[in-house]
Amino acid sequence: MTELNEKLQQLIEKQSAGELKAKDRYEISAQDMPAQDGGQRRSNMNEVALGYTKIQARLEAMRCLQCRNAPCVEGCPVRIRIRDFVVAIAEGKDEEALAIIKENSLLPAVCGRVCPQEVQCQERCTVGKKFKDPEQSVSIGRLERYVADLAKSDSNAPQVAAPTGKKAAVIGSGPGGIVVAADVRRAGHEVTIFEAFHKPGGVLVYGIPEFRLPKSIVQEEIDVLKKMGVEIVCNFVVGRTRTIKELMEEDGYDAVYVGVGAGLPKFMNIEGEHLVGVYSANEYLTRANLMKAYEFGKGADTPIAVSKNVAVLGGGNVAMDAARMAVRLGAENVYLVYRRSEKEMPARIEEVHHAKEEGVQFCTLQNPKQILGDDQGNVTGMECLKYELGEPDDSGRRRPVAIEGSEFTIDVDTVIVAIGNGANPLIEQTTPGLEFNKWGNIVVDENCKTSLDGVYAGGDIVLGAATVILAMGQGRIAAAAMNQYLAK
Amino acid sequence: MSFKILSNQKLSENVFQMDVEAPLVARSREAGQFVIVSVDEDAGERIPLTISGANSEKGSIRLIYQRVGKATAQMAQLGEGDTLGYIVGPLGQPTHIEKFGTVVCVGGGIGNAPLLPIVTALKEAGNTVISILGARNRELLILEDDFKTVSDELIVLTDDGSYGRKGLVTEPLKEVCSRDPKPDFAIAIGPAIMMKFCCQTTKEFAVPTQVSLNTIMVDGTGMCGGCRVEVGGQTKFVCVDGPEFDGHKVNFDQMMKRMGAYKALEQKAFENFKDHKCKIGLNQ
Repeated sequence: MTELNEKLQQLIEKQSAGELKAKDRYEISAQDMPAQDGGQRRSNMNEVALGYTKIQARLEAMRCLQCRNAPCVEGCPVRIRIRDFVVAIAEGKDEEALAIIKENSLLPAVCGRVCPQEVQCQERCTVGKKFKDPEQSVSIGRLERYVADLAKSDSNAPQVAAPTGKKAAVIGSGPGGIVVAADVRRAGHEVTIFEAFHKPGGVLVYGIPEFRLPKSIVQEEIDVLKKMGVEIVCNFVVGRTRTIKELMEEDGYDAVYVGVGAGLPKFMNIEGEHLVGVYSANEYLTRANLMKAYEFGKGADTPIAVSKNVAVLGGGNVAMDAARMAVRLGAENVYLVYRRSEKEMPARIEEVHHAKEEGVQFCTLQNPKQILGDDQGNVTGMECLKYELGEPDDSGRRRPVAIEGSEFTIDVDTVIVAIGNGANPLIEQTTPGLEFNKWGNIVVDENCKTSLDGVYAGGDIVLGAATVILAMGQGRIAAAAMNQYLAK
Repeated sequence: MSFKILSNQKLSENVFQMDVEAPLVARSREAGQFVIVSVDEDAGERIPLTISGANSEKGSIRLIYQRVGKATAQMAQLGEGDTLGYIVGPLGQPTHIEKFGTVVCVGGGIGNAPLLPIVTALKEAGNTVISILGARNRELLILEDDFKTVSDELIVLTDDGSYGRKGLVTEPLKEVCSRDPKPDFAIAIGPAIMMKFCCQTTKEFAVPTQVSLNTIMVDGTGMCGGCRVEVGGQTKFVCVDGPEFDGHKVNFDQMMKRMGAYKALEQKAFENFKDHKCKIGLNQ
């Protein structure tokens, strides 16, 4: 560490003298993220990535070339002034850096951890381009997390404008809902968040595991909302407990934001999917995260399969989360079965690395044909087919083609299906006049306004499967439009 | 929001009736819908229970439940003035009520509880209602008097003959279906095995039959898919597509296997709970 510190002091001297050149910046090595040891973390739920030290953060920030055109900003769905906050860290002004981020993002501690930076800001980074390796880009996400974590203890609630007498309902307390609630409340409107589960946070608490996003961080964001005067009502299913129409016509809400997420897991539609031991990733992760099944019998009452050999189907972040959770729940073998090659996996590189370090076995270019069971209805195995890559399809990725006659069987007792979500039909069934597309997603205009006056929507229920940051981006747009609508 | 218990009465050996404050649910619930209940606010088990009635003045709902595991045993220990961790609902599609003509309604064991509001609504819609209630023995028969007041004809059976006719509900069901004219519609709610055999019986007579399924669930809003069943060869979610389905299309054998998924774990948790209770002297 002293070596790093000496290096940093030299660079700071150059910086103060205005002599820090691009060449010097290129010579600073990319800072690795300190992490829990792979073997050790197989048996605990604690966060894997431990965060940069102050020295590391400042060194990493000094790698930034401070490009005049700041291409990184173009890669950010909420247009955080990335170059400016990185420059602030390089100059040792961490608080200023956080203030810059907070102009555009309310949840830096969350986004710094879960954003897919390598396909957003960091993909555009000139440093990464220079080395022809996106992993050599400035680690913007890690820097974001660094400044966000510094400020965690004194999360001051933003200022709220004088009461306007208007009321807004936010349906769903996931990342989009949190952003909308904060922005609309700041404008002086009363805000109520309705959450179907008994704890707020949406996918941040039921889906993303503790080892990737500690729940205490989400709770802090929720506490900020409460400090601002946002009311949070849990155990309330809009569409069932009350409909949108009732909220607006009888309960006095002037505007509504629908951020309910996708919420209807897809299955493969193959033989054997009804066997005991087959889970959607949503169910597996909800049992393990929200319902704390890992503490079954020790304070938690929700059971989960006690597995020896687990197959996870899919190649996205949710598949990685499920596979890594299965490892922590004590499975001896966890196979990640994906029909394309690793290159096509939509999961973040970091998650793939972490999963491998923890012993998840990658079975690419394979796909299940059927799930096998015994006469008790329990999973005993999975018959798979081998695949090869053909011509690119609509998504630009090479299409996986089954190799005829390549069937083989693997022994598994648990299968977790992580191939995405369809649109939950509840709002559609209970909200006449609200326009949906043929996939059941809500249709919105460029301001995230729906076909009903005063009703706005964003996140997965509009976009299909998206990310935390995209949901937040839409939340910002919707909140601005709602504030305008409510000011009338 | 606090979910205050107004009363918690023992109906039979292991069956209890709880009236609990849940004003939002009481206001919007309809026959056939259910709630998810947890004794603990944080990490308690989420138990789906059909709503057997509501009092809109008191803002309360009535839940009838059987003590089968740790969570329901905890519920059974609570009394007036205690609170539940949370209640969420009403969930599921309400029962489709219309004037069918003559409807035969079969309830088995605890299934009588969710059946009662449906029978009441069918009667109010102008149907002639024949109710068949079955229980293992006289002690376990619940809600007989309530059914008497809303049914045109009531047939009661026990497995051991300790009360009413001796036998299984499928026998009188077959007799009713053999009548001329045959019933226009049938509803069966009870243990999965009972619903399976009721559906086999009515199928022979081509009497359309509706069942209400009570599968394992987590969220109750379609998000987890744990409650999925095969209906007519398609995957359906009990929480959002049901809980009621065309009984002639439900794959009961598969469903029963899925319902046993956590039996061993649950049994262990229940045993530990009972042991613990003995040690701290709470055993009643």
